[in-house]
Amino acid sequence: MARIELSSVTKSWGDVVAVEPTDLVIDDGELVAILGPSGCGKSTTLFMLAGIYAPSGGELRFDGAVVNEVEARHRNVGIVFQSYALYPHMNVRRNIMFPLKFKGVPAAEARRRAEETARLVQVGELLDRTPAQMSGGQQQRVALARALVKEPQLLLLDEPLSNLDATLRLSMRSEIRRLQRQLGVTTILVTHDQVEATTMADRIVCMSKGRIEQVGSVDDLFLRPKSLFVASFIGAPPINLVDARAEGGRLALPHQAVGTKAGDGDVVIGIRPENVALGAPDREGCLAATVLQVEPMGRETLYVLDSALGRLHALEHGAQRRFRDGDRVGCELPLSAMLLFDRQSGLRIEEPGLAAG
Amino acid sequence: MSAQSRQWQNMAIFLGPAILLLALFFLLPVMVDVFVAFTDMGRSLKISEMTTANFERMLTGDRRILPTLALTAVYVFLTLAIFNVTFGLILALATTAVPDRIGGFFRSVWLLPRMSPSVVYALLWIWVASPTERGLINQVLHGFLGFGTIDLRTDYPVMLIVIANGFIGASMGMIIFTSAIRSIPEHLFHAARADGAGPLAITWHITLPAIRWPLSFITVYQTLSLLVSFEYIWLITNGGPFYDTTVYALYVYKRAFENGQYAYGAALALLLVVIGIGASLAMWRFFDMKRLLQHPRIEVH
Repeated sequence: MARIELSSVTKSWGDVVAVEPTDLVIDDGELVAILGPSGCGKSTTLFMLAGIYAPSGGELRFDGAVVNEVEARHRNVGIVFQSYALYPHMNVRRNIMFPLKFKGVPAAEARRRAEETARLVQVGELLDRTPAQMSGGQQQRVALARALVKEPQLLLLDEPLSNLDATLRLSMRSEIRRLQRQLGVTTILVTHDQVEATTMADRIVCMSKGRIEQVGSVDDLFLRPKSLFVASFIGAPPINLVDARAEGGRLALPHQAVGTKAGDGDVVIGIRPENVALGAPDREGCLAATVLQVEPMGRETLYVLDSALGRLHALEHGAQRRFRDGDRVGCELPLSAMLLFDRQSGLRIEEPGLAAG
Repeated sequence: MSAQSRQWQNMAIFLGPAILLLALFFLLPVMVDVFVAFTDMGRSLKISEMTTANFERMLTGDRRILPTLALTAVYVFLTLAIFNVTFGLILALATTAVPDRIGGFFRSVWLLPRMSPSVVYALLWIWVASPTERGLINQVLHGFLGFGTIDLRTDYPVMLIVIANGFIGASMGMIIFTSAIRSIPEHLFHAARADGAGPLAITWHITLPAIRWPLSFITVYQTLSLLVSFEYIWLITNGGPFYDTTVYALYVYKRAFENGQYAYGAALALLLVVIGIGASLAMWRFFDMKRLLQHPRIEVH
């Protein structure tokens, strides 16, 4: 168990910067998810923590000790790879025992610990199988056992659920979370799946283009995104973004005059689909729109609308389809649910002071 | 057209050319060899009678056969064990461990002899081993270190043919092993490093098991090719001094073509065919090659 610190850690290959100078502190026993699209530098960061890549600059500290130069094999870090990376010629028992071989654990003790860990992740009855004889879910559990058996001070999970089917993913999600709490091991999870991040992690680190965009809880990221990127990356279906211009303390919207404290300049208004309320057309203060498409999703219904603000999405709970293609509707866009971003910098304007009138 | 006749037609189209080539260049020579072995064909190529005299001579009258076979065993084993497999493996491991450009450079250097004509390669070795002070080894031993000159070709002829064949033979294993090592998924190495394995442990526990099948293949393939090829030996020592480096294949060649005893040569060659088949079957068993041919053995995820 360890407290992990990154200070100005960076990684580049030649001219290509994979990770810009990054600062991050992960507390002992915490589960942090690094979330971002592919190519954002999240796996590179993970591999630097594992010692597989050496940082190009900055300092990596485990419990205060700088580990930049410490080789992977001496870091006592457990990793579960996206592909599981089980040794194909070894059976499950030998796969799980492998890390203990290098820690000088006596064979009998290693066997006992391997079996114990296998039971912990519920593959106790598969010990004599080889990886080729197991399903993806089983391989995933074995990979987890191999990472945990050495009692690592840091557990790294690289997209551990992406190769599993939807149901299995759901159960593994809560199981990994349960195990992590039970063992109290500091864990970093890398994923591009926001649901994985939001359901499993204590805190989420949102990355884009080698930079940390925001660190925070689910609520922070969802309700108070720091940037356009975070706002558009978190939430499905994605947030509606509308270009507008702030001038003289006013935002000109086609259906409504809005006062704002934002300074003059181009802005982007963000409003989540679930906050767009649909009703009868031609009501006061409502945006007129036409339904282009209705996408029933079972529990929810998504409407694609065409309006004077461009294309908008509206999400309604329940399966009843109140409108059909071609219907004219009026959209209520509550000012309290609107997020305002500076178009130039992409940063959110924290006190937009939106008011009707 | 019925499905059955169509099937036959497809088989003829797809397998026909290969079967024809196999029959013409692999099966037919063996059959011709068997036939000639039972004749008295000599330099005149005339056959006057069918006879088993050649086999009688092999069994009772030829004192050269056993020593030659023993030498062949030693030569094949040493060349294989020291160079073609072990050194080939070391070259592959070393050139894949260093940065790609350096590794590629060294691999090309080791491949050079294969790209030059065998006569040139043999001539180089004759110069290297030359007993005069001009020979490369003697330039070092005598010129730099002040020892007396040595004559490898006379005093250590077996060592010379093993080294000369091994230097060129190792590159085959090197190429096969290099590509096999390259095809091991990289995350396995990452996982092993994170699991605490050092470079030697990774080689032993990850790399070697993953290239087990290429290793078996090279062993079988190179055993067979070392058994039957003799061109470098012929060029460098011509089997000498006396019969000291005359391996069995070279002995067959000398009897048949230098002495003009075609029928006897054919009978001797038949034994080589039998040994080759025996060795392949034994190794096929030993390495469990049947499994190799059934499934891809390197798993790529």
